[in-house]
Amino acid sequence: MPTIVVEVMPKAVLLDPQGKAVTGALHRLGKSNISEVRIGKRFEVTVDEVTDAVLADVQALAEDMFANLVIEDVVSVAVLEQAN
Amino acid sequence: MRIGVITFPGSLDDRDAQRAIRLAGADPVALWHGDHDLDGVDAIVLPGGFSYGDYLRCGAIAAHSPIMREVVDAANAGMPVLGICNGFQILVEAHLLPGGLVRNDHGDFICRDQRLRVENTTSAWTTGFSESQEITIPLKNGEGGFLADQETIDRLEGEGQVAFRYLDVNPNGSLNDIAGISNARGNVVGLMPHPEHAVEEGFGPDTRAAMRSGTDGLTFFTSVVKSALLANA
Repeated sequence: MPTIVVEVMPKAVLLDPQGKAVTGALHRLGKSNISEVRIGKRFEVTVDEVTDAVLADVQALAEDMFANLVIEDVVSVAVLEQAN
Repeated sequence: MRIGVITFPGSLDDRDAQRAIRLAGADPVALWHGDHDLDGVDAIVLPGGFSYGDYLRCGAIAAHSPIMREVVDAANAGMPVLGICNGFQILVEAHLLPGGLVRNDHGDFICRDQRLRVENTTSAWTTGFSESQEITIPLKNGEGGFLADQETIDRLEGEGQVAFRYLDVNPNGSLNDIAGISNARGNVVGLMPHPEHAVEEGFGPDTRAAMRSGTDGLTFFTSVVKSALLANA
């Protein structure tokens, strides 16, 4: 069955404490070439079939539930290409 | 007066909230997240805890609970609603209050008796406080950083919707030291600290007078009881 992938990231202007903690750990490991890590979320939504209506529905859900647009952005909503 | 306390899967402080309501002279009514029924209550408390294990975002799944449809309608019709900690997170996720709450900027869970300044004494839950009164109630959260865009912050500040501000230390990175806010109408209030844990001598924060004698939180509940009496007078 087809899968729609929704990606959500904390807004760029806001502090991402998780990403900051990981960045700090990388610097302690000597990875000084990595200046920043930001952590977001990936949702894999399995549907019966992909139509324009289904895509629009998932887009709406992404903005209403998967992300809180006050603190996060929906970066992408895309159909996952199935490997045959 | 009957005040409902909604229990969600993962609520922790629902019984404490019921106890606070009883001590304030009202009747607590246990409500269940899965119902579409407010049981005719006069006000609602969304208690603290970790509804749905804080999955997705704190309060996000609870905000889509069946009973929240009735809560949103009642709040929009003027019923007093108080969201404490996770309840505050549920209120912002349900868009009954503006802004969002994110992980504490220092990354740690924090638990302390927190001094606050009451900035709004006209909301349904704060009329019993005096202007700029300083109170101490417990604070315990990992994701209590209040954020909103600048326009929203300016509006909250300009319209007097900042209800409580942190004193001494900003424990979580909240913008403008905001600990709690109200909606424009003043019937919906949300805050991260826990008034229901400071309602009875022997169990509250320490005060200069005696250990654990702090009862500053009781005023939240007596305020709403008094406003209801006035409204019905």
